[in-house]
Amino acid sequence: MSFTATKFAPSPLPLNSTTPRSNDKPLSFSFDHSKTNPSSSFLGSTRKLLRFTALAKPRAQTRASTPVADVLLHQTSNLLITKEEGLELYEDMILGRFFEDKCAEMYYRGKMFGFVHLYNGQEAVSTGFIKLLKKEDYVVSTYRDHVHALSKGVSSRAVMSELFGKATGCCRGQGGSMHMFSKEHNMLGGFAFIGEGIPVATGAAFSSKYRREVLNEADADQVTLAFFGDGTCNNGQFFECLNMAALWKLPIVFVVENNLWAIGMSHLRATSDPQIWKKGPAFGMPGIHVDGMDVLKVREVAKEAIERARRGEGPTLVECETYRFRGHSLADPDELRDPAEKEHYAGRDPITALKQYLFENNLASEQELKAIEKKIDEILDDAVEFADNSPLPPRSQLLENVFADPKGFGIGPDGRYRCEDPKFTEGTAQV
Amino acid sequence: MWGVIKHKTQSIRPAFSAIRHFSSAAKEITVREALNTALDEEMSADPKVFLMGEEVGEYQGAYKISKGLLEKYGPERVLDTPITEAGFAGIGVGAAYYGLRPVVEFMTFNFSMQAIDHIINSAAKSNYMSAGQISVPIVFRGPNGAAAGVGAQHSQCYASWYATCPGLKVLTPYSSEDARGLLKAAIRDPDPVVFLENELLYGESFPVSAEALDSSFCLPIGKAKIEREGKDVTITAYSKMVGYALKAAEALAKEGISAEVINLRSIRPLDRATINTSVRKTNRLVTVEEGFPQHGVGAEICTSVIEESFGYLDAPVERIAGADVPMPYAANLERMAVPQIEDIVRAAKRACHRSVPLAAAA
Repeated sequence: MSFTATKFAPSPLPLNSTTPRSNDKPLSFSFDHSKTNPSSSFLGSTRKLLRFTALAKPRAQTRASTPVADVLLHQTSNLLITKEEGLELYEDMILGRFFEDKCAEMYYRGKMFGFVHLYNGQEAVSTGFIKLLKKEDYVVSTYRDHVHALSKGVSSRAVMSELFGKATGCCRGQGGSMHMFSKEHNMLGGFAFIGEGIPVATGAAFSSKYRREVLNEADADQVTLAFFGDGTCNNGQFFECLNMAALWKLPIVFVVENNLWAIGMSHLRATSDPQIWKKGPAFGMPGIHVDGMDVLKVREVAKEAIERARRGEGPTLVECETYRFRGHSLADPDELRDPAEKEHYAGRDPITALKQYLFENNLASEQELKAIEKKIDEILDDAVEFADNSPLPPRSQLLENVFADPKGFGIGPDGRYRCEDPKFTEGTAQV
Repeated sequence: MWGVIKHKTQSIRPAFSAIRHFSSAAKEITVREALNTALDEEMSADPKVFLMGEEVGEYQGAYKISKGLLEKYGPERVLDTPITEAGFAGIGVGAAYYGLRPVVEFMTFNFSMQAIDHIINSAAKSNYMSAGQISVPIVFRGPNGAAAGVGAQHSQCYASWYATCPGLKVLTPYSSEDARGLLKAAIRDPDPVVFLENELLYGESFPVSAEALDSSFCLPIGKAKIEREGKDVTITAYSKMVGYALKAAEALAKEGISAEVINLRSIRPLDRATINTSVRKTNRLVTVEEGFPQHGVGAEICTSVIEESFGYLDAPVERIAGADVPMPYAANLERMAVPQIEDIVRAAKRACHRSVPLAAAA
């Protein structure tokens, strides 16, 4: 971890490039959280506890037993993944990469519009984490959300159609690039403001805990993943939610996709202590730092963090150091990032790295991977064709879904609810 | 941020069932009791309903609205949060995404400014952006409007701020009946509701019917109430201003002017039908609100009447609103900055008398 605390690094960040990824050093972490929160009651403070803290000395014991965030390395000779897992990961990463390339192509052809933020380069994070989830688990994303939705199982057709603004999109064209929702897949949306998604994700985690402990739904063991970037880690909502998630031991993993740049603001120029993972222990949760260009390392860390959450042991902060291969959005001229830096990370392409691992360990043949790429190409051609041929949302859709209860539009001049006016569903009513 | 919390010491009946036995019409309860019993009953009826906010639990609520609820429902359903409006409002929204029914208390609505992103962006828009997949059954509630002597940042009305946003419902109770019926409706509603209470009304008592005390009682969202019938001039008002309008109507009656007072109850959806029906009868309109005049609730009502009942107006619409300035601290200035009963009386007289010479001349 060669991240330095030096604020003004003269050269591009070295990141993890000097540490070779190795299959014989899987990452794991452990600590005893039981000491930090002696009360096992649902949500922290009871009157008794308050009195106790008021009378007792300052809570030094919390500090003493604050989990140490170091990633413990230990030896094992086992392979990190099976052949099937390897192929699944490869397919998901290729899907993410090719999908975004297709988006760029379609954007320049005028098929999609507005802000389109592409995920190229960061695939190891989405794949490494989301492929470990169950369908019931929640994902809350940012404006860079296409690939998270795909990894979570939303179809390429539904995402592409949404981007085309068509009625067949996963939100019928009402969401757009930055707002991918799918109730079926528990994809709770992309949030377009910095930090906005974190409280919503924390609330989703809260609902799992509430369901289990108040509504007595024994199977409510869903885990929530909150994805966000390095820029968000300077926003107050990040800190507010680290605090509450740890305080209430919520089943959530905070996944920082540190791609080193917030549009044109370098992480080092924006953050007093650039080692984001350190902020976990400050709130009494583990903070893990992992090479986000290595899907296998991400996966190892993700596995433990997700399991920890599912076991009811509380949240984890994971900082994945990664890099986006394209500008912030397709509208970003991307002039501030040093070409040498881009070159450096291009050489650490997570897909190439996985490919190499699969070959070196005889987990896949060139042919098998080519077949996957061909399959994804076909899926995407189909998705584009599907989106292109899909109908635009009808006029009547304009007034739908503003309220779950259409009576929210109120009462019309005739004294009846406006939604009962036949013109309402035709989209010609005045509201 | 928060200076003095006013402790009102009215006793709150611990259990609603105790009240129910008194079924005579003369029964009076305070708005505070009305809100407390409404919360209690809805939490009791639906385990998915929970209350969160600052000081709602052990402190029993900064204004004691949640008194007794922690003891009854425990800390897992009455959650004391840190002072993190953006954080806990967002957590409430996230919890609502999958069917829980959070009631988020803002100690005052002024602090909702810190969380407005979640009220507007995360709550109000999600049902639409997700094409109906994700509804957000959440209530944001707390005291709103001008308080006394707390200066500009702690003293303003948010009705028109939130009412401008599609996807939100904005309710403004006045009486105890309103408070009970509307809060219960808000909690049961499948959409995000901004529920604007008034600190100065919490301690006021109102007569309530046996019906309104029943645990099944609920008021329709989007329906105004005619508090007092009249024939010469319509006065629209909400929240504390309804009381002022009623007092103004009394004063006007002594001078032979019969004023009809409409308690809007719901700012969004706005009951345009009731307002226009009334104006078509009285031919004159005075709107009253505590908020800033520009782009306010009165402006919207005026537009509605001009669009739908222009030909019925016998006089220009009179708009009474707060002064177009941040709330001053000095008591004398503060009094001038919010509508007073005399202002309403004067406006109603202007509306009535101005038309008389014209009518006489015709």
